[in-house]
Amino acid sequence: MSPDPAHAQDTARRLAPARVLDLDPLLDDPGTRIVVCCGSGGVGKTTTAAALGLRAAERGRKVVVLTIDPARRLAQSMGIDSLDNTPRRVKGVEGSGELHAMMLDMKRTFDEIVEAHADRERAATILANPFYQSLSAGFAGTQEYMAMEKLGQLRARDEWDLIVVDTPPSRSALDFLDAPKRLGSFLDGRLIRLLTAPAKLGGRAGMKFLNVGMSMMTGTLGKLLGGQLLKDVQTFVAAMDTTFGGFRTRADATYKLLQAPGTAFLVVAAPERDALREAAYFVERLAAEKMPLAGLVLNRVHGSGAARLSAERALAAAENLDLAADTAEEGSDPAVEPAAENLEDSRIVDQDGGKVGLRNSPDTYGSSESPASRPGPPAPERPSEADQPTGAHQSVEQLTAGLLRLHAERMQLLSREQRTRDRFTALHPEVAVAEVGALPGDVHDLTGLRDIGNRLAANRPELPEAAGD
Amino acid sequence: MSRLQVVSGKGGTGKTTVAAALALALATEGKRTLLVEVEGRQGIAQRFETEALPYEERKIAVAPGGGEVFALAIDPELALLDYLQMFYKLGSAGRALKKLGAIDFATTIAPGLRDVLLTGKACEAVRRKDKSGRFRYDYVVMDAPPTGRITRFLNVNDEVAGLAKIGPIHNQAQAVMRVLKSPETAVHLVTLLEEMPVQETADGIAELRAARLPVGRVIVNMVRPEVLDAADLELVRTVPRAAVARSLSAAGLGGARRGGHAERLVDPLLAQAEEYAERHTLEHEQRAVLGELGLPLHELPLLAEGMDLAGLYELATELRKQGMS
Repeated sequence: MSPDPAHAQDTARRLAPARVLDLDPLLDDPGTRIVVCCGSGGVGKTTTAAALGLRAAERGRKVVVLTIDPARRLAQSMGIDSLDNTPRRVKGVEGSGELHAMMLDMKRTFDEIVEAHADRERAATILANPFYQSLSAGFAGTQEYMAMEKLGQLRARDEWDLIVVDTPPSRSALDFLDAPKRLGSFLDGRLIRLLTAPAKLGGRAGMKFLNVGMSMMTGTLGKLLGGQLLKDVQTFVAAMDTTFGGFRTRADATYKLLQAPGTAFLVVAAPERDALREAAYFVERLAAEKMPLAGLVLNRVHGSGAARLSAERALAAAENLDLAADTAEEGSDPAVEPAAENLEDSRIVDQDGGKVGLRNSPDTYGSSESPASRPGPPAPERPSEADQPTGAHQSVEQLTAGLLRLHAERMQLLSREQRTRDRFTALHPEVAVAEVGALPGDVHDLTGLRDIGNRLAANRPELPEAAGD
Repeated sequence: MSRLQVVSGKGGTGKTTVAAALALALATEGKRTLLVEVEGRQGIAQRFETEALPYEERKIAVAPGGGEVFALAIDPELALLDYLQMFYKLGSAGRALKKLGAIDFATTIAPGLRDVLLTGKACEAVRRKDKSGRFRYDYVVMDAPPTGRITRFLNVNDEVAGLAKIGPIHNQAQAVMRVLKSPETAVHLVTLLEEMPVQETADGIAELRAARLPVGRVIVNMVRPEVLDAADLELVRTVPRAAVARSLSAAGLGGARRGGHAERLVDPLLAQAEEYAERHTLEHEQRAVLGELGLPLHELPLLAEGMDLAGLYELATELRKQGMS
């Protein structure tokens, strides 16, 4: 559409902006070293992380994107069939920057820690331990620890200007923040001493040195877990004992890194009740943990180029067309038509300026402009009116009624999204928001990812009227 | 009809809503269902518009025909103490374990145990009988973890049974697996008519089948109504703008001449229709992919007014109509 003041006004009506989150300055700032995308599942978190990474790279930065569990298509959209635990350079990035992408492999990351912190023999013992194998292969929860560990590793390598991290779809929203702390409290706990004691002191003989309560505990644990598993756990903990020190120091360091000024958290959501409720929870948790929140990315926001036409008016207008169509149909088939009803119908239609207006409205008359004169590059060439068979009138009216219903549906969606958004803004007016317009389909390539990046930075939903341009 | 109905789905597909509607749908004609939440999000309380649920089975809804829905939000820590109490009568020792950090260990550091407790609790509810020997609940519906994790979640007991080769945990784990792998259980997957959720559903089904877990049905959620039919969509591409403008004007939306109110609506409305057409094609493709899974498909409509308690009953009625209960 060519710029037209009236249209610009239409365009302006979308979700009322609170504070606007401007992403380009954040991505460009050399001080920004880590961007963490968090949010509930299914809101486009991983796609957002990838799009931000690409955008930052194309604006000249050297970026690595750490994804947790990308859909196959997303990995493919970065030209990588199978992302793995090593950053791979993404081809086709424009400009002077670089984009690398990787996917977290929990077991591999865990193994690396063990190999890095234990001597060879001890490492072999740990890696062969059945309890370790189950734990590292991804009992839920391990993912969160390993994501944090990987982030720490990437940062320590200092090869990238910017690390963009996707977070695991945690059952409880911020498990990954709790990971270092939980690990710490576990390591400080007496349990670990209890578990390591018998192995260290040589089994039964050692038990004598423990107090009665403790021996009862090991007895209980043994009963509960079964002797073999307890032994496996004990061997594991004992072997990990030396490793834990380093593990813990790094977990603490990563946690501090997250609070540092170089880090920016983005909470990702969609304008739906549940997603925004989770988002509010994230915002509160981040504040409580003193983590630096940059703002909220609101994906899949709908807009309309005809937002001035309300759902109610659109529906009423569609009904007018239906009535007119019914009347016309009945009129053309005198055999079926009950006269009284027909009369009544046309009366209603007349009141609404319907039937008469249909053929005689002066407005209508004057507008036989050819479709070729439509401003801007025309979408698929529309046939001139003369080409239309006369019987098409009826179906054009049906179509128009359909267009109006479709619009009413869109407007209802819009106002629902707006209500949901307003509720969030009322709770958290301090949070800056970037909105991304809804796309009809999924991202399949770098172009699609770039498009999302543009939408993220433009911070206004792509409106349908621009779709044909 | 399986007595344990597990509902999973990709994040954002509305699995909690579907689980809640299914629990209502199954609670007809005096039947009693238990709706179990395992992820600690209080999603059930939100769906039924009640206060947060404690760790206790409590009645939250009455279904048409006198059925009852109970709900339970499982807290892994309390479930563990419960479990210790049940098997070992460990009142104070349980508290001591907590002090030692053993409970933390069990529910967080060794999170597999957490899943054992969650699935174990659900299976216990399935098997529980009252004094007269009648099942306490006719059905148990579980709002389970998302598709990407469901197989591992349900299979955790297999893994644990392999780790703990003897002892009560081993026995308990095996008992749970017997229920989960039997026809007593059905795992349903909720999806949307979009590429990623459909792909994830197909992958999830393959994983469940490989693990020999009983796959139930696929529920397509939030299906949008058909507003434009095939003929309309055909016409959208060829219709002269002026004709649409005249129709709009005739419908009472202002002038059809260039710059008139009706005329200015034409482009945005046609653009919305083109978007609709694109989505329609995508949805059609995704339906075909789902059709090839060889599972019963159900469709639930997108509720125009958004999700609320009335909507939940509407979806339950729909599920019942489609023979899901």
